[in-house]
Amino acid sequence: MIDKQSTFGRISKVIFLSLCLIVTVFPLYWIVVTSLKAPGSIYSLPLDYWPREISFENYVGLFTKSDFGRYMINSLLVATVAATVATFISLLSAYVLARFHFAGRGAVMVAFLLTQMIPGFIALGPLYIMMTNMNLVDSETGLILVYIAICIPFCTIMLRGFFENVPDALEEAAMIDGCSRLTALFRVLVPVMLPGIAASFIFNFVNCWNELFLSVTLMNSDENKTIPTALAGFISSFNIDWGSMSAAAVLTVVPALAIFAFASKFIVQGLTAGAVKG
Amino acid sequence: MAINSERMVVRGPNTVTAPPQPQAIHRRKKRFNTRTALTLLAFMAPAAIFVGIFTYYPMIAGSQMAFRNWNLNDLSDTSWVGWGNFIKLFESPEFGGIVRNTVVWVVGSLVPQVVIGFALALFLKRRFRFRSGYQAFIFFPWAVSGFLIGMLFRWMFNAEFGVVNDLLMKAGFIESPIPWLAEPGFAMTAVIIANIWYGVTFFAIMILAALQSVSEDMYEAAALDGAGKARTLFSITLPAISVTLGLTILLRVIWIFNFPDIIWAMTGGGPADQTHIITTYMIKITQEGDYGQASALGLIVVFTLMLFAVFYLMAMRPRKANR
Repeated sequence: MIDKQSTFGRISKVIFLSLCLIVTVFPLYWIVVTSLKAPGSIYSLPLDYWPREISFENYVGLFTKSDFGRYMINSLLVATVAATVATFISLLSAYVLARFHFAGRGAVMVAFLLTQMIPGFIALGPLYIMMTNMNLVDSETGLILVYIAICIPFCTIMLRGFFENVPDALEEAAMIDGCSRLTALFRVLVPVMLPGIAASFIFNFVNCWNELFLSVTLMNSDENKTIPTALAGFISSFNIDWGSMSAAAVLTVVPALAIFAFASKFIVQGLTAGAVKG
Repeated sequence: MAINSERMVVRGPNTVTAPPQPQAIHRRKKRFNTRTALTLLAFMAPAAIFVGIFTYYPMIAGSQMAFRNWNLNDLSDTSWVGWGNFIKLFESPEFGGIVRNTVVWVVGSLVPQVVIGFALALFLKRRFRFRSGYQAFIFFPWAVSGFLIGMLFRWMFNAEFGVVNDLLMKAGFIESPIPWLAEPGFAMTAVIIANIWYGVTFFAIMILAALQSVSEDMYEAAALDGAGKARTLFSITLPAISVTLGLTILLRVIWIFNFPDIIWAMTGGGPADQTHIITTYMIKITQEGDYGQASALGLIVVFTLMLFAVFYLMAMRPRKANR
């Protein structure tokens, strides 16, 4: 891959990448345009591909007619705490699963994979009853605990893959030099794996930020609602208020997008580039 | 360290994907004393506790409902009914169509996702101007919830004011608006398009991360040995990322199978059950209150996916060992 790209390769690359970009971004563009139209002009033909006059009425309505700011804070809190704790816990379990061949290792992997196969609806009823008994219904702590649990299996499996791409010799050398296992893990492996860890964290965060069904089930009162629950509430049985919906969609996507843009740098970095040469 | 890095260069892909060398296992066994075992136990404990309490307990408690008459509308009789709920499902006229829809949904979504995602990751691997900016945009679908994507596409596929019809008519592909979400044949296409749009990013992100963990040394060694582009792709890139790629595909199949959000938001399973997959159908039954049947349906999903995962992992393993 040291050689230069051919002209053909370059042209096909530009065409492919531009096409992907247009297709990917268009729905975002369209929802932004819709949200900036005055409520009445959303339903008028022919369609305008840019609002005739920009109106923030949909956004204003969101914060005055509903408590959208509150929902955003709730979502941010729940997703941040849950994703941080889940990533940390998964890091430990992934390390064990990647590095040690103990009896029952296969069983643990299967147990984790199994959680991904089971439709959550089986568990919803008993979970609700259990949370009621623990006094954790309609509480942010309760939702965070459940979110941590649903993040761990996938996060562990993914981090394990990243661990396996890092040579054993790295932490063994550190341990011969007198590091404890924990120090070796956090001083030597974590820095090398930072892109993988960042990817896992963001993944957890976005999952929690977007989770709908559990939050609908567990959070009853209006002041505890997260964004997805509120969005689901915008659909009445026969009618969808597309103005509010698109404004809310824009506000939901932007923070998730921001955290991603910030951290995509980590994901792009080589995972083991430094380690192999060291 | 020095010895190891030499091994990385010489052996290349082997060190990344091959099972541990005998010597390494031996070394590890010797160090596996009581103290290490306790440390490992402490490392595993938090994950096990969380998943046990908040996932496994409710799941097992829910599973037993599959064998009981458990209907929220009438809880006076919750007796055990054996396989009754399963038989009722298999005999219901909708079941065959729902299974077929599920297969169409999984295969139709997965294949384009893998292909486009892989191409995207390959193109993104090499540095170019605006690459990081490009990535921030291209990875955008990943940040959106399934429910919201469903709503976005429901609006774009709207028969009357939808932008898809408008664009297709402007381009001259169609004469009159298509009622996408109301017409059986089109509704499935529409929900799959939404799902592809969503899933490509995930593959691109995972494959890109794996690609970047492949040592540049290997590519340099391959180039020195005169390997062409195709050869490099098949002999170095693919083997080196096969573990990540294989696991990503497995997880993705499971997720697409278990992913009712987009369909639920776009069509709710309609028109005439034409876009109902097993999991959306399960939501429908749950909302009707028949937890027994919903739970039975859930167990069918688990069983199917487990079978799939076992065969898939078995198919993956020998490929790794041979190399």
